[in-house]
Amino acid sequence: MGTSKKTATERRPSELRVVGRALRKVDATSKVTGATRFADDLFLPRMLYAKLLRSPHPHARIVSIDPSAARSLPGVKAVLTGPDLPIPFGILPVSQDEHALALDKVRFVGDPVAAVAATTEEIATQALDLIRVEYEPLRAFPNAIDAVEHADPAIHDYADAGNIHKLIDLEFGDVDAGFRDADLVREDLFFFEGNTHLPMEQHAAAADWSPPPGGRLTVWSSTQTPHYVHRALAKVLELSPARIRVIACPNGGGFGGKSDPFSHEIVVAKLAMVTGRPIKITLTREEVFYCHRGRHPTLMWVKTGVKQDGAITGMHFKSLLDGGGYGSYGVASTYYTGALQTVTYPVPRYKFQGARAFTNKPPCGPKRGHGTPQPRFALEVHIDKLAEQLRMDPADLRLKHLVPPHSVTANWLRIGTMGLGRCIEKVVSGSDWKRRFKQLPHGQGIGLACSSYITGAGLPIYWNAMPHSGVQLKCDRGGGVTVFCGSTEIGQGSDSILAMIVAEVLGLDPAHIAVVTGDTDLTPVDLGSYSSRVTLMTGNAAIQAAERARDLIAPHVARKLEVPEGRLAFADGRVFDVEQPEHGLGFAEAVHLAEAAEGTVGTVGSYTPPRSPGRYRGAGVGPSPAYSYSACVALVDVDPATGIVRVPKIWIAHDVGRVINAASVMGQIEGSVYMGLGEALMEEMAYRGNRKVVHKIPSLLEYKSPTTLEMCDVVTYVVEDPDPNGPFGAKECGQGPLLPVPPAVANAVYDAVGVRIDEVPITPEKVFKALRRKEKGEEPRFGPTHFPDIPWPEPTRVPPPWEGGDGGAVEGGKGRQRAAEAARP
Amino acid sequence: MRVRARKLAPALPLIKITVIPMHDSKTTIALEVNEEPVEVAFAPHKTLLEVLREDLGLTGTKHGCELGECGTCTVLLDGTPVLSCLVLGLACAGRRVKTVEGMADRGTLHPLQEAFAELGAAQCGYCTPAFLLASEALLAANASPSRDVIKDALAGNLCRCTGYIKIYEAVELAAARMRGEDASPAAESLYGYE
Repeated sequence: MGTSKKTATERRPSELRVVGRALRKVDATSKVTGATRFADDLFLPRMLYAKLLRSPHPHARIVSIDPSAARSLPGVKAVLTGPDLPIPFGILPVSQDEHALALDKVRFVGDPVAAVAATTEEIATQALDLIRVEYEPLRAFPNAIDAVEHADPAIHDYADAGNIHKLIDLEFGDVDAGFRDADLVREDLFFFEGNTHLPMEQHAAAADWSPPPGGRLTVWSSTQTPHYVHRALAKVLELSPARIRVIACPNGGGFGGKSDPFSHEIVVAKLAMVTGRPIKITLTREEVFYCHRGRHPTLMWVKTGVKQDGAITGMHFKSLLDGGGYGSYGVASTYYTGALQTVTYPVPRYKFQGARAFTNKPPCGPKRGHGTPQPRFALEVHIDKLAEQLRMDPADLRLKHLVPPHSVTANWLRIGTMGLGRCIEKVVSGSDWKRRFKQLPHGQGIGLACSSYITGAGLPIYWNAMPHSGVQLKCDRGGGVTVFCGSTEIGQGSDSILAMIVAEVLGLDPAHIAVVTGDTDLTPVDLGSYSSRVTLMTGNAAIQAAERARDLIAPHVARKLEVPEGRLAFADGRVFDVEQPEHGLGFAEAVHLAEAAEGTVGTVGSYTPPRSPGRYRGAGVGPSPAYSYSACVALVDVDPATGIVRVPKIWIAHDVGRVINAASVMGQIEGSVYMGLGEALMEEMAYRGNRKVVHKIPSLLEYKSPTTLEMCDVVTYVVEDPDPNGPFGAKECGQGPLLPVPPAVANAVYDAVGVRIDEVPITPEKVFKALRRKEKGEEPRFGPTHFPDIPWPEPTRVPPPWEGGDGGAVEGGKGRQRAAEAARP
Repeated sequence: MRVRARKLAPALPLIKITVIPMHDSKTTIALEVNEEPVEVAFAPHKTLLEVLREDLGLTGTKHGCELGECGTCTVLLDGTPVLSCLVLGLACAGRRVKTVEGMADRGTLHPLQEAFAELGAAQCGYCTPAFLLASEALLAANASPSRDVIKDALAGNLCRCTGYIKIYEAVELAAARMRGEDASPAAESLYGYE
């Protein structure tokens, strides 16, 4: 911290006045004064409290439920069980497999079974103990391999095979021919343990119902996806969506964990309707672990052929995901474990086989990086091993083989700008890589890894031809402008992006822009805060709305000033003649002219991503308007006596396309590094290994996450390579920079002590075991040794662009991919 | 090696309760909250966290676990950071409580609030009130804390958004300003390294 005199304007293109600056966020003051209202901060008159009874069994049939004793407890206003909410729901159209309260079966310890509304939380909690549930326990499946090997009893009555929820087999060119062309072929196995989002805010939701004939339902929730909650409520409650208002409260952290419609949201809505009173539910921290939807534990096998210079000739990648008890985003997650291998280094022939198993654990879903940190870990460690065999510096190998910008990959993803080369150069020079790699004393090491991530998904979760994001703009007579958008502020700064972009286009002070977001009654649909889509999609919609406002106002100003419209500029709160800047009007006066002539001044804008060239079934996952790129170098200290790994410093460079709010970009990159470090070293969802399948540590103390004492120093480089599809060229920065951190740490551990930890988290126990093996002359490695046999389907064969073809399949998987499979975060 | 709660006050001695009230009957205590005298009636089993949020309407104090694990509910009790989820409301009779709502002075943000806003040290903002109060107590005791001292003082508070870095920088910036220095954020903090 110093007293640097370098101002914001020196760091951004001169024509931009707002974009690129480090501005305080529009909600910064309410966040630092405690004024921000999170969902649990709502207290409504006559409000009741709800609690959920959750299953103590990982897998069981419900024989009977008797809620009568609970119903007669004084203060209890209602008790609900499964049959009260019989319609299934789920985030993806292909896996509508959840019930708000279990109907006939429970599928994990923590699965909701019954709900109580009472005058106090204490009474509601007491009532839960009075609900008698008789279960018939079923064989439980503690992990994916067990579920692959045993089809009986089936966890769900739908699946691609036995307890395998989803099977994917995609082939882009003849990989075996690729391996024959190679000078070196290598196979490796990796495992990425599951972990969870751990937002500091526990999920909460409140509901209010105005009785018929008005009959309107309002639900406030800590959700990242109010639009999908709106749809799920309408479906399950059999209520017209026109009578439901969903308000997404600011989220106290999301990271993907608040992206599904949840049982508790549906239950409070129903309880408000049944009791006629407002009601709130706040989950305990333990319950947040049961909501989960976090990182899938993923077993991976990868085989790659390379030429002597490191050029890849072919790659075959297999993944097995442990999905937990329900579908959630899992089909999309499974595709994502195979989608982005091709977007960093050219892969001319590529085969991907992915499987997701149902198990009896809390459902997995989208966590920051959705399905891609696991394969990225595998790929980047695998490449580190290949580089060593080729006697190449791993940074040089990567720099020599970068996917060209504005190209199409083997799996038909269209790449825009590509700043990975500059990112690698930044971290290599900043970390003094050339003088440190392989040259640090034993116990110290340095490792490098790279990655890429989508900036929003190319297709919506449910099939429709409408825009992914909408913005409405209202110009006030006072000169202020209000932006309405369905996006959800989860701490990433999305509200501020809207204000800054509108301010830039209309030449206003961002403080004069009011932002209204995340309210299905007030704001046009934005699909939600997931898949790193918000800046790009709402930003483009906001630019369109603001440009339309400019076009609406300009002719009236031009007439008044008697200058051609084309000579008008909107800047510094004025509209003026660029050739005589003193000749102009204030923005408010300009609005008056337009309003007098045209009526109320309001505009709309919307955004739909460009069509992807892929035409095969499964092509819905992976396409994005733009790809961000990251490179990371980690410095580690490994204690050979204990296996304890400490990470003193990380260098990270991220290609964000164009910075919109510099302070937010820095915060997103540093926060991603932090979360990646936690996943690399300590974070894991741990269950008892026997058939009880109980979460060992559903608490913030024992689920280890980095504190100030474990967090490393971070040196951040922001690389700008503006993408034509981004607003002002902007790409994402909230998820991508997490991805290279775990493999960089693993590669650094190898550089430090010569053992490969092919599994995250890299705990002291694993390092210690690998060091012992090394001492005994065994393979100096800790990691999986076996990938199970999986009944893969016939492959969908899609020729890569350089082998002709039109992006469609020549064999298997004909026809357009289903919209349902197009999901993502 | 978890030391999250280390910097927080040890369990407070319970005040002597001469009459054990009925479960649902309320007890009234008088205390000082944000420099104002307050009388509040609540069920005696309630924690200070619950009394602040539910009975005094001060929802700026948040909760992340209600088990003393995350530091999110930190408030100042007689100037010392405590986990309000582990303090009984009854134990606060006659004592001085400060919450985030009491930090700004007549509409002017506290230098820590100002620095947190300026640097983006509050992302989702959920853990922010706790970090602000823990930092205020630190700066009251040490006007020029080193980075390591700051890390140690804040080790009992979890944040999932920021990676803590902007929080350290904000505490350093506020400390410099509170010492009377004309400090502003370094360009690298806001824009990264060249």
